[in-house]
Amino acid sequence: MFESVSRRQFLQVSAAGTALLGLAACNGGSEGGSEGGDGASTIKVGILGPHTGDVANYGIACRNGAQLYFDQLNADGGINGKQVEYLVEDEQGDPTQAVTAYNLLVEQGVVGIVGDVTTGPTTAVAQQSVNDNMPCVTPSATAAEIVTYGDNTFRACVTDPEQGRIMAAFANEQGYKNVGTLYLKGDDYNEGVNNAFVEEAQALGITITAEQSYSAGDVDFNSQLTTIIATNPDAILAPNYYEDDGLIVTQARQQGYTGVILGVDGWSGVADYASAEDLQNCYYCCAFSSANTEGLAAQFTADYEEAYGETPTNFCALGYDAAMVLAGGIAAAEEAGLEAGSDEYLQAVIDGIASGSVEGVTGTIAYEGTGDPVKSSLVLTFAEDGSEEVFETIDASA
Amino acid sequence: MEEELMAKKRPIISTGGRGGAADGKRRSLPMPARYVINALLVFVVLAVGELMVDGGAITRYQTSVLQQVGVYIIMAVSLNIATGYLGQLPLGHAGFMSVGAYGCAIFIMRLSEALGIGARDIVAGGPMVALLVFAGVVFGGICAAVAGVIIGIPALRLKGDYLAIITLAFAEIIRVVMLNIDDVLGFELTRGAAGLTGIPSYSNFLNVFLAVAIVCFLVHTMMKSRHGRSILAIRDNEIAAEATGVNTTYYKTLAFVVSAFFAGVAGGLYAGCVGVLQPANFGFMQSIEILVMVVLGGMGSMLGSVLSATVLTILPEALRAFSDYRMIAYAVVLILVMIFRPQGLLGSYDFSLSRVIERVMNRDFPWKKDKGADSGASVEEVSADGR
Repeated sequence: MFESVSRRQFLQVSAAGTALLGLAACNGGSEGGSEGGDGASTIKVGILGPHTGDVANYGIACRNGAQLYFDQLNADGGINGKQVEYLVEDEQGDPTQAVTAYNLLVEQGVVGIVGDVTTGPTTAVAQQSVNDNMPCVTPSATAAEIVTYGDNTFRACVTDPEQGRIMAAFANEQGYKNVGTLYLKGDDYNEGVNNAFVEEAQALGITITAEQSYSAGDVDFNSQLTTIIATNPDAILAPNYYEDDGLIVTQARQQGYTGVILGVDGWSGVADYASAEDLQNCYYCCAFSSANTEGLAAQFTADYEEAYGETPTNFCALGYDAAMVLAGGIAAAEEAGLEAGSDEYLQAVIDGIASGSVEGVTGTIAYEGTGDPVKSSLVLTFAEDGSEEVFETIDASA
Repeated sequence: MEEELMAKKRPIISTGGRGGAADGKRRSLPMPARYVINALLVFVVLAVGELMVDGGAITRYQTSVLQQVGVYIIMAVSLNIATGYLGQLPLGHAGFMSVGAYGCAIFIMRLSEALGIGARDIVAGGPMVALLVFAGVVFGGICAAVAGVIIGIPALRLKGDYLAIITLAFAEIIRVVMLNIDDVLGFELTRGAAGLTGIPSYSNFLNVFLAVAIVCFLVHTMMKSRHGRSILAIRDNEIAAEATGVNTTYYKTLAFVVSAFFAGVAGGLYAGCVGVLQPANFGFMQSIEILVMVVLGGMGSMLGSVLSATVLTILPEALRAFSDYRMIAYAVVLILVMIFRPQGLLGSYDFSLSRVIERVMNRDFPWKKDKGADSGASVEEVSADGR
């Protein structure tokens, strides 16, 4: 009977067989991962973020920072004599994949996660992780509500509204009386900063002369800038990402505006998008700058350059600090001598983070009852050669 | 269950006459028996799956992947109505998915609040919750269907590339509306760019795959009906179909709206899986991804849509170990299939269990080339039966 099997049929059957084998293989693979959670000599933590896809540059930066911290920690003997084993999972900036990857990490027996990185996926993970009481420290997700779902999610950065308030306070302190704003409409980050800035600035007695917006993908901001400059402002706030901000700065200077332009941490990296000359008189707040020559930040910059051969960005530093915050919590749980992975252990990690305080490279990070940190912020400006320099440090506002 | 199955089968064999196929008549299963067999199979698969999920044989990670598989099966099968059966090229399927997702999520969130059902209760389940989820998913589907009518009536006056562009544009309009409706009209609905968060996780293995089974059943029966044949006639030759009295405008809109409805159902389940909805997740690329599933599986083949949706959803997860290369593998699979199987993996072939059973009953096996010699049911007679 089988002699008459044609080549086509043979191919069909063998293809089906291969597919089944493949399915069986990946099935076996993922189950193998879930068994290895009992190693007493290592502590497993997860690093979750977008390492491919549109927002990969943020995810990779955070991952590199976090890996650097855990590597250094392991070289110093780990936590409580145990080495930290980090499991890295990619979620491509997609909330669906973030939930899947989160489940995978939990199954592999992690006791805490550094991540997620961007707001949407982090919200999805935050909602899921409440059910497991899994400690999560996001390096960079700034939307206000991420820390509101449960006590288990913390962040290492300040929120969008907080940045808006910091810049409003800065504007007030510098004596700007009239400020115009130009922000990207339809994006949570930009609108969040803008709205908080406007509210705080008005409360401080600053007049908002013009609020202009643009849409994603716009490259010509001249009409909005004309409107703003016509109101004769002391400063313009551009709370956007660096590509757009570079264009805004260049076009504003072309229109003859020489006044101050303010920004927030999305400006990090703007120097590649605008000339040094145009960037004079620009100020933005940021958690970290590689130009900061003081304390831990300088040491971190040197270590990072040695490890990865490039200058660390804001996100690298936040990844490093998020890892540090998580490690601090784990250390507290280890000291209490709890069984790794148990519910009490996870709660002890959360309590450890909430009550602890770490000296991070982006400043001292402490928590006061919420997942939002109380920490200082840098205001950066540009030297004549276009390099960043620290203008001042704004201390943690209680 | 096995016994029940056998009990249902036995009388069929006896009605077909005694043993072999020597009487020269091709025996067939009566319709109710076909439905019973398929229904039983679905029931067994769902029951076994649910038991494995409950018992931990399927881990949480695998369950979350499976739920996505289910959602994308519904998406691909529903797009297949418009693409494979109706023969149009809509590029805005993600738009309908988002309407359904937002509709369902908002419906369930508001109603559970009004009824005093907490997020924990929804996860725990119960008849009230099941009813709420069912109503929510159907409501999501209806929202998407309404969007389908609004878009379909003007869009279906066009064909081919033009239709592709206009559906693409409509999907973008939907996305922009989701983004701005709160600001512009002062609602508290989609919450704009920040996204709708805090959606209770009402989707689970059972309700997702129950929906998959129901959707496949409904689409299958629709395509076997008078309406389905009209839709196929329009695909094959619109002018000829119109000349024979098919109301082409009506049937094109019908197929489009049904397609949108099921996309809305999938969207509703998706919202329950993820817990967060952001307009950015329903962009152009999402529509393309679903179209890729349909084209890869074979346009007009439901089994093809199901298989390719399954494979393309599992593939990136199965290749996690290769991290950076996994997206390349995805692209390579697409290129290879399009070069070697331009009609899609299964072409327009569709699997029918009843047909297989009938073949077995008639001893009509594919490797028996010379059927006339050793079996009564010759090829000629089979085709003479009107198969």
